[in-house]
Amino acid sequence: MKNDVSVEVESSAIAVRQRAHGLIAKSPHEMVRDLFDRIENLPNIKQVRPTDTGLIMVRGKVGGDGARFNLGELPLTRAALRIDGGQVGIGYVAGRNSDHAELAALADAMVQSETWGGVLEEKVLVPLADAVRDKKTENGRKAAATKVDFFTMVRTRKEK
Amino acid sequence: MAYVSVKGGERAISNAHAWLDEARRGDTNVPELGVAQIREQLSLAVDRVMMEGSCYDPDLAALAIKQARGDVTEAIFLLRAYRTTLSRFGASEPINTTKMSVARRVSAAFKDIPGGQILGPTFDYTHRLIDFGLSDDKTVPAAPLGDTPVAEHIPAIASVFAHEALLEPAPTDADDGAEPYDLTRQPMAFPAGRDQRLQALARGDEGFLLSLAYASQRGWGNTHPLCGEIRMGEVAVEFTPEELGFPIEVGEITVTECQMISNFEGSAESPPQFTRGYGLTFGHNERKAMSMAIVDRALRHAEVGEAGVHAVQDEEFVLYHSDNVEASGFVQHLKLPHYVDFQAELQFVRRLKKEWEEARANSDTSEFAEAAE
Repeated sequence: MKNDVSVEVESSAIAVRQRAHGLIAKSPHEMVRDLFDRIENLPNIKQVRPTDTGLIMVRGKVGGDGARFNLGELPLTRAALRIDGGQVGIGYVAGRNSDHAELAALADAMVQSETWGGVLEEKVLVPLADAVRDKKTENGRKAAATKVDFFTMVRTRKEK
Repeated sequence: MAYVSVKGGERAISNAHAWLDEARRGDTNVPELGVAQIREQLSLAVDRVMMEGSCYDPDLAALAIKQARGDVTEAIFLLRAYRTTLSRFGASEPINTTKMSVARRVSAAFKDIPGGQILGPTFDYTHRLIDFGLSDDKTVPAAPLGDTPVAEHIPAIASVFAHEALLEPAPTDADDGAEPYDLTRQPMAFPAGRDQRLQALARGDEGFLLSLAYASQRGWGNTHPLCGEIRMGEVAVEFTPEELGFPIEVGEITVTECQMISNFEGSAESPPQFTRGYGLTFGHNERKAMSMAIVDRALRHAEVGEAGVHAVQDEEFVLYHSDNVEASGFVQHLKLPHYVDFQAELQFVRRLKKEWEEARANSDTSEFAEAAE
């Protein structure tokens, strides 16, 4: 049985990987590629299985908060690779871009490595997090500019 | 009689397709349309093709629109055909629309809805006058920015009623942990559960659902809904790959969600409350999401003790006829050669006519004979 400490360490290791996956997947491919290209040394990689594209069924919930139902499908590309230190990275990214999925797999391997985790954080994840946040903020401010206060007319005319 | 295939015409067919390619291109003095231009500038057509094609891929949908010369139903068919070439990795976690990065969010029922009324990029309140300025290239000024962004998590309408229990709760997942009905894997079957109905409506033809919703509002149905809420924006899609064992975000998609509310006078089992109809679509498509929500509610007539006498309340009628790929195929197959069928019908009608003429001639003779007597 796992003790509480090991469960905590494991869940935080998962959270670190989840953050890397999310940032790579939610950023445009060109931006991710450009950031990786700026890193001088990258780990050697070996493909674990061929990169391929398939579909997932996107689900919604009845009423937004109820039972699940199938909404429609989303193409997804997946990659799996191993880096020098032996870490295996898995990448799943919406769309049909193999390079994007392979970069997600590379990031997933690097984030698990003591050697590469720091470089990835500094050169890729921090800039992506900034860009994702900036885009959200800009869209949120555009939305805020269209916020209205509807008011219903109050009858102020005096009775005759 | 069944359809009988014919042979021949290969050269005519390939020449017709060559002309189709030329016609698609149009006047070559006009620059060719790029797929990225369609994706960016005809984005609402792209959204519709993705939803009814049941495949969220803006680039593919834009390409399909180009290939189909702007025929949206044809483009939907192309996308449906493409998706059958891909294997299924699994199903996403259900998207969480309360965590949507909202671009638009309005309620026609609650003036002071928590989170506010956010118009977003809408055609509403435009004058619907042709903008002749758009026929010239011009730089579009950037949209104004508010001082502080809207809230990241905007509560759903259920929260407005939370203290009063006036809104029916949404149904929860089956206790047996059964997976939701999947029309891409299972045939249409009746009676249909709400999961099956919502999937069919989501893929269903926008025009068909719009007309059904309109008919039900005008009296051929029994819905008197108010728009509780419409929201549109980006949501993250989470998926749990088998080899990882934990969920990861694989991207963000734009969706439109509509909550229609109708009052219900109550029954022996349920207190008087508001019932809900639900609509959810890929992309930005309020007309579809609203129609879907109205039809969803109409199909629930039995749950609230309404007599199901109208077309919109009949799930077999609605679900069997909402898919425009099937509908278009069945209607349009009539223009393909039916020569053998027609030969058979021709012989049949000729024989009937001959018999009818003979019978008439005989009766004429006998009537004449009677009169003479």
